[in-house]
Amino acid sequence: MKKRVLGMLLAGVMAVSAFTACGNTESGSTAAANPDAGETEEAAAETEEVTETEEGEEAEAPETSEGGALTGTLNVGCIGPMTGGAAIYGNAVQNGAKIAVDEINALGSDFQMTLNVQDDEHDAQKSVNCYNTLKDSDTQVIVGTVTTAPCIAVGEEAYNDRMFMLTPSASSTDVTADKDNVFQLCFADPNQGSASAQYIYDNQLATKVAVIYNNADAYSSGIYQTFKAKADELGLDIVSETTFTDDTANDFSVQVGQAKDAGADLIFLPIYYTPASLILGQAYDMGYTPKFFGVDGMDGILTLEGFDTSKAEGVILLTPFSADAEDAATQSFVGKYNDQFGETPSQFAADGYDCPYAIYKALKFYADKNGGLDVTGMSYDEICEILISVFTDPDFSVDGITGQGMVWDANGEVNKAPKAVVITNGVYVGM
Amino acid sequence: MNNKSKNAFLNYGLVIVFFVVFQALLSTGNISSLLKGLLVPMTAYMILAISLNLVVGISGELSLGHAGFMSIGAFTAAFVEGVILNNIKMEGPLSKNLGVQILIFVISVIVAAVFAAIAGFLIGIPVLRLNGDYLAIVTLAFGEIIKNIFNCIYISIDETGVHISDKNPSLDASFAGKMILEGPQGSVIKKVSIFAAGIILLLLVLIIVQNLVNSKAGRAIMAMRDNRIAAESSGLPIKKYKLMAFTISAAIAGAGGALFALNSTGITPKQFDFNASILILVFVVLGGIGNMTGSMIAAALLYILPEMLRELDVQKYRMLIYAVLLIAVMLITNNEKIRALAGRVFKKKDKVSVKPEAGKEA
Repeated sequence: MKKRVLGMLLAGVMAVSAFTACGNTESGSTAAANPDAGETEEAAAETEEVTETEEGEEAEAPETSEGGALTGTLNVGCIGPMTGGAAIYGNAVQNGAKIAVDEINALGSDFQMTLNVQDDEHDAQKSVNCYNTLKDSDTQVIVGTVTTAPCIAVGEEAYNDRMFMLTPSASSTDVTADKDNVFQLCFADPNQGSASAQYIYDNQLATKVAVIYNNADAYSSGIYQTFKAKADELGLDIVSETTFTDDTANDFSVQVGQAKDAGADLIFLPIYYTPASLILGQAYDMGYTPKFFGVDGMDGILTLEGFDTSKAEGVILLTPFSADAEDAATQSFVGKYNDQFGETPSQFAADGYDCPYAIYKALKFYADKNGGLDVTGMSYDEICEILISVFTDPDFSVDGITGQGMVWDANGEVNKAPKAVVITNGVYVGM
Repeated sequence: MNNKSKNAFLNYGLVIVFFVVFQALLSTGNISSLLKGLLVPMTAYMILAISLNLVVGISGELSLGHAGFMSIGAFTAAFVEGVILNNIKMEGPLSKNLGVQILIFVISVIVAAVFAAIAGFLIGIPVLRLNGDYLAIVTLAFGEIIKNIFNCIYISIDETGVHISDKNPSLDASFAGKMILEGPQGSVIKKVSIFAAGIILLLLVLIIVQNLVNSKAGRAIMAMRDNRIAAESSGLPIKKYKLMAFTISAAIAGAGGALFALNSTGITPKQFDFNASILILVFVVLGGIGNMTGSMIAAALLYILPEMLRELDVQKYRMLIYAVLLIAVMLITNNEKIRALAGRVFKKKDKVSVKPEAGKEA
């Protein structure tokens, strides 16, 4: 009879250890991935108000028009995965946003921003909880969420509440569909999918293409759909299409084997970097060396802990940002990021950096037009209407490090050009 | 009034107090948005804890696949909502149409309970031939099977009706309908759950379960749990009663799943995995096996605890704190000395938790 009690206990302990294991290993790996973990973690601590004014150079703030009386303190909330499988994205966005907020606060104007970061563990339900937490702490604008599925859930809530959202990286069209208050800073999935197909076709990268995608993920399936549509139109030969889900993302020998048997000379991977690293490793071990082509989710593979970056040699990915760009804004951002966090910023960090600037410039644009604006104590729905009117204004454009002259349509999708980079000697090189 | 019905009315009272307190907070606006968002899922998990307690505590079988029945209810609700919204004309958005919301809610919950009951009945036939650990393992497997079935079903709706396929029709360029269930990406749902509706459902579930336990069938089920051979030799049809408890439990889990789904903006099959089943089991075990009051309280507290820790400064340690608390509760409630100290309250609990083991030995 003790057995039953023991069984119950064990089941409970198992669940407990599952929770603990998650918490521990995840924060552990985050810490290990970031040599400067102390600082990152500190920033993740929930109500940290980033108001220090240590980075005093206005010079690199890209194009700030003088005049106009934008004053007050804007409370910006940021939601993203800081722990768990997609943690690299969340932390990159957070770090990028932190640098941007520091810079804006150091401009010497009467306008200040605070940043409150919440961890949603890439879970839609938790993301809504994060959103509610932020709402309770007087947040006026949301930068986020970082990943697609949570962004759809939070977007629904924010739409009902009239809270403005600018997502740095949630790229599905579902994120902005039917919601006038949600805007994207990254290009939407259809653009990524069709741009990838177009790029492969234009540059004659392959004759036979294999696709491995995650059919449990809105992001991955969305890109796949548009890739396939465009590939069919262009006459690209897709010889193998295989899928996986998050539960089966541990072994890809079947998918890679099928691509190999079908004689594919390019594998298109519209997936996140963690499964992509396994695919690269398993293909390498099989002695199968096709070209690999990824999209923005592939970004981050070089900073993945325990991954031999030599296996990613020659991987091509589509990204709006490359850290080796020559312009001053990018150079300054890369330098600061390196100083503060000890690594080269990914595209997600750059997206995170551009978001506070886009909001800042939109408010400034409004202040210039309407003879001043004091944001202190304004309700989030008032700010939402202001930002919507500015973002959909055809005269409003933002020059950021992820694109020049970014403009938004009424849908909330951004218009900018994707760039392809290739990984050479462990760094991104523009193509 | 005898002891049993006193206990039953204590539970109703508890639920009503819970409702009145939070409704008062809601209408006076004194509640944080975080807690407001957690109310309905919390109620849904209370329903699930009661449902699992019926199997684990009353019937004495360890089921590790309860999230499977929850997901059947959840996706049924998504389906019912999709069909209703497709066939009904209404003015303005859904959130302004209380009538349509109530219609969707009631029909979803009923259909979800029926579907989950059918699944519970079918799964129960082979599963309940097993005992103890074997039964636990097989229910776990069925939970995973249900999840994987949902992973490869695509349901869409258009003018010609509902289409079910194992291929994603939205990949087709000519697709003009609306997806209800998109395989592993799950369903997008328009939120309709209201806290009051959840509480009514919870009360209904309590009434059903507590009356079942106090009925002839309930006594037969508990007799089987306490001593299977004795019960069988007294002429009780074991299979019938076991299946009855399992099916009712599945139906309740389905209703809880529907409530949970209708309160979210989207559900995916992945949400209802093994971990979700274990989460419900943890509520039951920590609340006290066979103790409905305890499992309700445990479900409510343990569900909101990790989220409430978000608001404190200890955010980065919140999952660690949660785990430590779980272990502490386990150790404390199982400590002989503390139990002796707790006196009569714990004596009762002790009696209940011994009962299922007797059945195992037989």
